[in-house]
Amino acid sequence: MPINRIDEDEALRPTFKIKLLIRLFSYLKPYKFQVALTLLLMGIVSGVELLNPYLLKVAIDRYIATKNLNGLLFLGLVMSITILVSMFCTRKRISLMAKITNQIHLTIRQELYAHLQKLSLSFFDHRPAGKILARVIGDVNSLNNLFNTSVTGLIPDLATIIAVIIIMLAMNYRLALASFLMLPVLIIFLGAVEIVSHRRWQIFRQKSSNLNAFTHEHFSGIKVVQSFTAEEQTKKDFHFLLRENFEAFIRAVRLNDLFWPSVELSWGIGTIIVFWYGTRLLNTGTVTIGLLVAFSGYVSMFWRPVMNISNFYNTLVSNLSGAERIYELMDIEPSIQEAEDAVTLPTLRGEVEFKDVTFGYQDGQIVLDQVSFRVAPGETVALVGPTGAGKTSIINLIGRFFQPQSGLILIDGFDLQKVTLESLRGQMGWVLQDTFLFSGRIIDNIRYGRLTATDEECIAAAKAVHAHEFITKLENGYDTEVQERGARLSFGQRQQIAFARALVANPRILILDEATAGIDTHTERLLQQGIARLLAGRTSFIIAHRLSTIVNADRIMLIDQGRIIEMGNHQELLHKKGYYYQLFMAQFRFLAAKEEPVTRLG
Amino acid sequence: MKRILSYVEKEKRYFIPAIGALLLGIALDMFNPYLLKLIIDRVIIGGESALLPKALSGFLAVAFGRVVFGYIKEYAFDYGGQKVAVGLQADLFSHLQALSFDFFDRTNTGELMSRLKDDVDHIRAALTYVIMLSVENIIYFVSATVILFTLNWKLSLVALVLMPLIAQIALRLEKKIGEIYEHISDQDAKINTTAQENITGVRVVKAFGREEYECRKFLQQNQENYGYKLKRARIWGRYFPQIEFLTNLSIVLVTVVGGALVIGDELSVGTLVAFSDYVTMLIWPMRMSGWLMNDLAEGLASVKKINQLFAAVPSVKEPAVPTILPSFRGHLLFDHVSFIRDGRVILEDINFEAPPGATIAIMGATGAGKTSLVNLIGRYYDCTSGAIHLDGVEIRQLPLQLLRRQVAMVMQDTFLFSATIEENIRFGGGESISPTEIEEALRQAALADFVAELPQGLATVIGERGIGLSGGQKQRLALARALVKKSPILILDDATSNLDMETEYQIQQALEALSGRTKIIIAHRISAVKNADEILILEQGRIVERGTHQQLLALGKRYYATYHDQFHGIKTPEVKPFAH
Repeated sequence: MPINRIDEDEALRPTFKIKLLIRLFSYLKPYKFQVALTLLLMGIVSGVELLNPYLLKVAIDRYIATKNLNGLLFLGLVMSITILVSMFCTRKRISLMAKITNQIHLTIRQELYAHLQKLSLSFFDHRPAGKILARVIGDVNSLNNLFNTSVTGLIPDLATIIAVIIIMLAMNYRLALASFLMLPVLIIFLGAVEIVSHRRWQIFRQKSSNLNAFTHEHFSGIKVVQSFTAEEQTKKDFHFLLRENFEAFIRAVRLNDLFWPSVELSWGIGTIIVFWYGTRLLNTGTVTIGLLVAFSGYVSMFWRPVMNISNFYNTLVSNLSGAERIYELMDIEPSIQEAEDAVTLPTLRGEVEFKDVTFGYQDGQIVLDQVSFRVAPGETVALVGPTGAGKTSIINLIGRFFQPQSGLILIDGFDLQKVTLESLRGQMGWVLQDTFLFSGRIIDNIRYGRLTATDEECIAAAKAVHAHEFITKLENGYDTEVQERGARLSFGQRQQIAFARALVANPRILILDEATAGIDTHTERLLQQGIARLLAGRTSFIIAHRLSTIVNADRIMLIDQGRIIEMGNHQELLHKKGYYYQLFMAQFRFLAAKEEPVTRLG
Repeated sequence: MKRILSYVEKEKRYFIPAIGALLLGIALDMFNPYLLKLIIDRVIIGGESALLPKALSGFLAVAFGRVVFGYIKEYAFDYGGQKVAVGLQADLFSHLQALSFDFFDRTNTGELMSRLKDDVDHIRAALTYVIMLSVENIIYFVSATVILFTLNWKLSLVALVLMPLIAQIALRLEKKIGEIYEHISDQDAKINTTAQENITGVRVVKAFGREEYECRKFLQQNQENYGYKLKRARIWGRYFPQIEFLTNLSIVLVTVVGGALVIGDELSVGTLVAFSDYVTMLIWPMRMSGWLMNDLAEGLASVKKINQLFAAVPSVKEPAVPTILPSFRGHLLFDHVSFIRDGRVILEDINFEAPPGATIAIMGATGAGKTSLVNLIGRYYDCTSGAIHLDGVEIRQLPLQLLRRQVAMVMQDTFLFSATIEENIRFGGGESISPTEIEEALRQAALADFVAELPQGLATVIGERGIGLSGGQKQRLALARALVKKSPILILDDATSNLDMETEYQIQQALEALSGRTKIIIAHRISAVKNADEILILEQGRIVERGTHQQLLALGKRYYATYHDQFHGIKTPEVKPFAH
């Protein structure tokens, strides 16, 4: 799968709208009772609304005409009571609906998020974070009003229409059919508009997702932007995306704004037809004057809900593309899945074995080429090799973040494909290349390694990696909040916290991916001692470039172009006088280059 | 509010036709009851069938007119509203990206995204509705009031007597619901930040198997959000039915008082009937005032949030009277520089000089102040005392962009953009960079072979933050991006830490060959610093050791210890270059 660029629209899979709608509205199912109650309450309120004109008529005919002031006051009281009842009904309806719709909203978003957590790294690697975010936030938000209007609008309006249609048909079917004449025309027209308009809303959502991706990336990398004085360029890029977004919106509303006027027009023409046809029927004597007058009243009663429904349809059309994007994400299967009969790993001893493992991030690409090795429990293995040789890929496979194309990976003899991810990853501790801390307190960031760790355990871990000194110097100590960028902590200090985080997990297998690159040699040494003390006898994999980090490993694996080219401990490899020997000697050569010998020292 | 109105003012050529179309639509609407009455009274009842074609064509004309004006209204409002949104977004973006590092240190990307998108969206939506509703409300209200007063002024006063109460409730609604909208807006920013961090930090989440924990964290935010939405509904549910009740009560009052007036022979029954018809015209805008206030409150809450961002000013300021140099040689001087942040001393009394072309190396423990020191050179932060001079000019006297163009930096936390390799290298330099220069930079950064082997070469797209590249490749790309700028000052902040030694050596050779560029190099490996003209050892913000490699070895202190750590501690079977 190619990487999706920010300014490139996401591919969309075709969907069946009916299926989508069924899926969406199935969220209302658990709230059947509440929906019914809402409708009942609305019925009461509209009943009161209908009753009041009648009461007014009663007031005039019975009391005002007869000059009965007491009767009038009594009627006033009755009216006041009915509207008071109506007020409480409305209040109850609002709170009921708010609960239903917001609960549904919460459910959809949470489901989407939970699904997102299941997806594999390859999913995240191929699209900008801002675009994923746009689905979880923006697209879900776009469904905001859908459920509310569908319950409080659609259902009552449909009921009204059906009632009016029945009444009209009963009164005079010919006249009734004549007045419905415009309806199929309208439906066909709106349906046709919808097809094009739906596509345009999809494009709008894509563009707005692109914009989101850009703002996300831009502000994540704002320091680079500023230091390269690229503000003008990024402004131009932003304006371009903004413009695209604007145009997509305008193109969409240009069609969507037709909805309302086209209903108006149908309404107008429908009325004209009724009167024209009605007067002709009048001449032939088929209808009476009274009937025609009454009928003209029903015509507006028929069209008003039609207008409301098409308005709802309009909202639906513009938001359906949001729903589509949500479900598309929800339907993506994680590429790494647990086997159905996956077993929970027991406490690991830490034996790791690769058997002819071949792996590439994309089809056809070979990053690891038939790699085989076996690491005994408790061994410290250093992975050495040029950048891009496949070191990180090896450890990614151990954590089962990716799936090898062929070959077998065993931990304590268990096939990785047949164990639960949680029992595997839960026993591993990672310190990764790019240190990522969550915004929040330092202590919580350390505890992320093991959620049940006590404060004391977190502090002990921080002490072991020599982070305790600088943390306690911060104004709030372990409670200091770190931010996404946070200048409070240096890069190296962040790495130290990441170390503490891995340490607190008490892992059976520790993996350090260039984890000490930003740390000075002295601190590194102290840190290693701390780790050795806390994690004695655990298997560990270390990727590092500083020889001082590597030499003490039990085993050094030299990796080049996806193959292990040499393996052994420091002494063995030096004796072998192969690649490692050259690498090792090279550092002295680099050191000596352009320089007088330093042997006099000491 | 003023800010938003100025955008509306700027886009008035859309809003004026929109309002015009709205007014004409309402005006046309007034014909319909008249035409209806005409048809019913004279054609149907009166039997004047000759009148029918005329009346019907009138109907048709009105319908067409309403269609045209209705479409113009909708479209022009959408257009204008979106224009305002775009203008606001563009200005907010420019404003934000001009803010200094310290602002971004304390503000999360998720929040900024939410403000730029969600809050602007709220403003746009509110704007259109508020204008539409206000215009309609005013027209209906005024015309209804005028008609009612001509019918009977006493009864009109009765109809209006509850108005002040309704207005008061509407205002209270606006205030209360506005507070909630502010919370909702902040909560949106929070939920955005939580999700954003989760996605950006997905590797950590997965490495520690924290998917469920992350779900719980999100659920908490989600529920908080839900809580605010319910609060909003509670306020709406409290006040809106009250408004509705009062408007209904007005009708009751009119009926009762009007009835009493009729009984007292002060009013005719016909007038009362007509009056109650027109009262609905008055009631409707009153009821809508609830909706109006709700939308207004939502928009205003977002305006407030955005205004807070607009109120932030860059802490690093442009000089009032800038000094402009035609060219720079890269002579850098730190003169008693101290840097204090949040009451903490980060750097204290830093003095050093780097003549053009010199290499200064900086070493020190984590948190010693190395990055802070180099961040002062491009004025990412301003030093709190002392001064930094570039080619004899205090850097605060130079235009900010001009200064920053003289400094090319490779940051520790490599950040690459999801774009092609070429676009990444060109970043900030645009089209002024020639293909040969790109090639040269690739060679210097030891990337040429790697790029040549890629099927799409320079046009290869890399993922966000350089996903798909190894740590070392990312660093080299960031290096190439800095080298291609050919700035007089080159800063490498631990920029080769992820490289294997051989590559690092190659790059060092290339860097040393660069003439006429002043280099500031932060590194932990002796091999990266030993050829520097001066090596500074920082400890808790102070320079504690300085000198050349030889001098510092001879000094036999911290530098020597590091040296010893990195080389001497390693036992070599055959070669013993460091025996003593």
